[in-house]
Amino acid sequence: MTIYVPTPLRPYAAGKDALDVNAGTVSGALDELTQTFPDLRQHLLNEAGKLRAFVNVYLNDEDVGYLPDKDATAVSATNTLSIIPSIAGGTCRPGDCAFGAGTRAE
Amino acid sequence: MSVLQLTRAVYEAIRAHGEETYPHECCGALLGKPAARGWRIDAAVKAGNTRTDSAHNRYNIAPAELVKIEREARSLGLSIGGFYHSHPDHPAQWSQTDFAEAHWLGCSYVITAVAQGRAAVTNSFFLAGTTEEDKRFEQEKIEVVAAFEPLAAFGESKKP
Repeated sequence: MTIYVPTPLRPYAAGKDALDVNAGTVSGALDELTQTFPDLRQHLLNEAGKLRAFVNVYLNDEDVGYLPDKDATAVSATNTLSIIPSIAGGTCRPGDCAFGAGTRAE
Repeated sequence: MSVLQLTRAVYEAIRAHGEETYPHECCGALLGKPAARGWRIDAAVKAGNTRTDSAHNRYNIAPAELVKIEREARSLGLSIGGFYHSHPDHPAQWSQTDFAEAHWLGCSYVITAVAQGRAAVTNSFFLAGTTEEDKRFEQEKIEVVAAFEPLAAFGESKKP
C-alpha cells in the first residue's frame, strides 16, 4: 500500500511525499513507516506511542479512528493511507493577537 | 524573511473568499511548490468551515476534505504549501488560537482582515521550527506576480 506523507513531515522522510509499504494492517503500515524513517516518530506519536491528537490518519477516504477495528484494520496493496495534520484557528480575542492587541479593524 | 509568492489571481481569490463568507470566516488551502525562500503558490482551493457553531470567529477544515485537496494537489504535481483564512472585523494577525492549532510546519498561513465586508489587509505567517515545542510564526513578505512560468510538471505531461 502507499502512505502519503504530508508537507510538514517530508523533511523527516528523506523528502519523500509517498512511501510504498508491505503491511497487513494500518498499524503495521505506520510501524514500517516509522522504522524506515525513525525521525518521523516524534512527529506522529506521543510519549505513549499513540498518534498525536492533531494527526489524522485516513485509509482511502475513511478516518481510521472511526473504523470498527481502528488501526488494526486490514489493508491491501491497493489501499492508500493519508496522514493529515489538522488545520483550524480563529480570530483574536481581546489581548491575544500577536501584534494587534485584539483591537477591531475599523 | 521568507517570501510567499502568489499569482494575482490567487491573491484576489482568497481576498474575495473572505468577502463572500463575511461575517463568517473563510478558509482554504494553498497549493504550490517550494521556492528558494518560501512557497510559490499556484492555486487556492476553497474549503468549507466546519465550525458552524462559531463561524464568525473560528474555522476548521475537515480532515476528509484535506485528504481530497491533497489528492488534487498531487494530481497537479503540487503540494499543500499553506492555508488561508479570514478574520472578520479583526486584524490580519495570528491569534493564540491560530498558533495553537497550527501544525503544518514549514507552511504559510495567510490571514485577511475583512472589515465591514471588505477585504482589508492580507498578511502571511510562515510556521517555522522543527517540532510542536519550538514552532513559531514568522511574518513573511507576500509577493504578488501576474503569473508564474509554466511548471515543469505541466509541460512534461503535455509531451507526447
